[in-house]
Amino acid sequence: MSKNTVSDRFRKVDVDEYDENKFVDEEDGGENQMGPDEAEVDSLIRQGSLMGALQAVLKNPPINTKNQNVKDRAEGLVLKVLSSFKSADIEKAVQSLDKNSVDLLMKYIYKGFERPSENSSTVLLQWHEKALSAGGVGCIVRVLTARKTV
Amino acid sequence: MSIYTFGLEPLSCHAWNKDRTQIAISPNSNVVHIYQKSGKEWNKIHELTEHSGRITGVDWAPETNRIVTCASDRNAYVWTLKDGVWKPTLVLVRINRAATCVKWSPMENKFALGSGAKLISVCYFEKENDWWLSKHIKKGICSTVLSLDWHPNNVLLAAGSADLHCRVFSAYIKDIEEKPGPTPWGSKMPFGEVLFEHKECGGWVHSVSFSPSGDTLAWVSHNSSISVADGPRGKQVTHLTTDNLPLMSVIYVTENDIVAAGHDCCPYQFSYIGPEALGFVKKLDVPKQSSKGSMSAMQHFRNLDKKATTEEDHNEMETLHQNSITQLCIVEGPKTNVEKYSSVGLDGAMVVWTFKSCTTTSN
Repeated sequence: MSKNTVSDRFRKVDVDEYDENKFVDEEDGGENQMGPDEAEVDSLIRQGSLMGALQAVLKNPPINTKNQNVKDRAEGLVLKVLSSFKSADIEKAVQSLDKNSVDLLMKYIYKGFERPSENSSTVLLQWHEKALSAGGVGCIVRVLTARKTV
Repeated sequence: MSIYTFGLEPLSCHAWNKDRTQIAISPNSNVVHIYQKSGKEWNKIHELTEHSGRITGVDWAPETNRIVTCASDRNAYVWTLKDGVWKPTLVLVRINRAATCVKWSPMENKFALGSGAKLISVCYFEKENDWWLSKHIKKGICSTVLSLDWHPNNVLLAAGSADLHCRVFSAYIKDIEEKPGPTPWGSKMPFGEVLFEHKECGGWVHSVSFSPSGDTLAWVSHNSSISVADGPRGKQVTHLTTDNLPLMSVIYVTENDIVAAGHDCCPYQFSYIGPEALGFVKKLDVPKQSSKGSMSAMQHFRNLDKKATTEEDHNEMETLHQNSITQLCIVEGPKTNVEKYSSVGLDGAMVVWTFKSCTTTSN
């Protein structure tokens, strides 16, 4: 068999990058999005005001930013709040959220599924069940179709 | 409501003739079948076989009795009935990708064709050379055009596309029509002009529909939402997210009532009264409560043995359609007061629904 002596680096070229008509998402100024306020959320958790912490952590979602650190920090914060709830309180907490917040919560839940840690899956699944009964399958469809997500 | 199953193949599209005695459907193939109604049955009377690719759109012009078909083979044909046989005429649409949807204009002197070539082809008949010509609308379109609808003034055209935008274009062709008067969407309407554009509809825009007056425009997109743009009120857009699977088709049944259906296999009614006043009214397919007879003990244990569950058989869906609804079409009634509309779906069935406006009292 003859050995290929010419370089085959061309096979690793991403041709889509050179397509003039490539579809690009609109860039929305996301540089200033910092995600939910860590200090505020932490203090609310310490005070035991978990509903308040939930509302606070669902504010300022880092949707438009490209900064992965901000997104990871936000996700970690959300996970912290979700884990601090008792199972029995989850349903009431979800009921207190409005439609957009339920959609946002579902986005964070699926983001959390992507990188499972020790206990995160159990907690997330409990929240997923309650969020699903509040938001329906439409809520999950919106997680899948959102081009800019947390 | 009445249901008729045309076979096992999904129905890609359908169109009615003027008196609703005939229906043209395509069973997910390169052929269009025309069925004639006789009593409760439908009999196939014609087969339109000219396309080589899967048929993606059919529209039947009621007054001029012409059918336009488009397919993934990048062609469109206009069919005219001569001596009881439908004869095709090729339309030079000049697209290099599949056609996705086609619609006759209200006055039936032209039609619009959406395609994967990121453009809309507006075609009209040129008498001198006895052929169909096309003009292209490309401005701003970055991906496949998925749906089209004409404004009642025969000039404005709404288009939903896969680039997550919903737009209103002008399809004014000066060779065949007079200059249109001003509308809430704009007054200057040169061909191809974008009069309204909504970015980021959240997902692919599967279907668009103008209201009977043309003042408001509704569309459904893949993120399970329905939106309405209000022309006279500053073209303000109102969104409504639903808890269900995405909707695939939307039509207006009165000036304020909208019916939409999709992957939930069931039509839903919405109403739009003004900006921020877009609301869900009700599900239009209310299944009859099937009599849940008591199960004998023998049946109970047989089920436990066979299926490891004692629940009743849930093989069939509760809705009339057993699979997603792909297209809705007005059947009876003027656009301002639709009495009957039809739906076709991936289950090969066509259902004719009766619409009762909420204002009428039921006896």
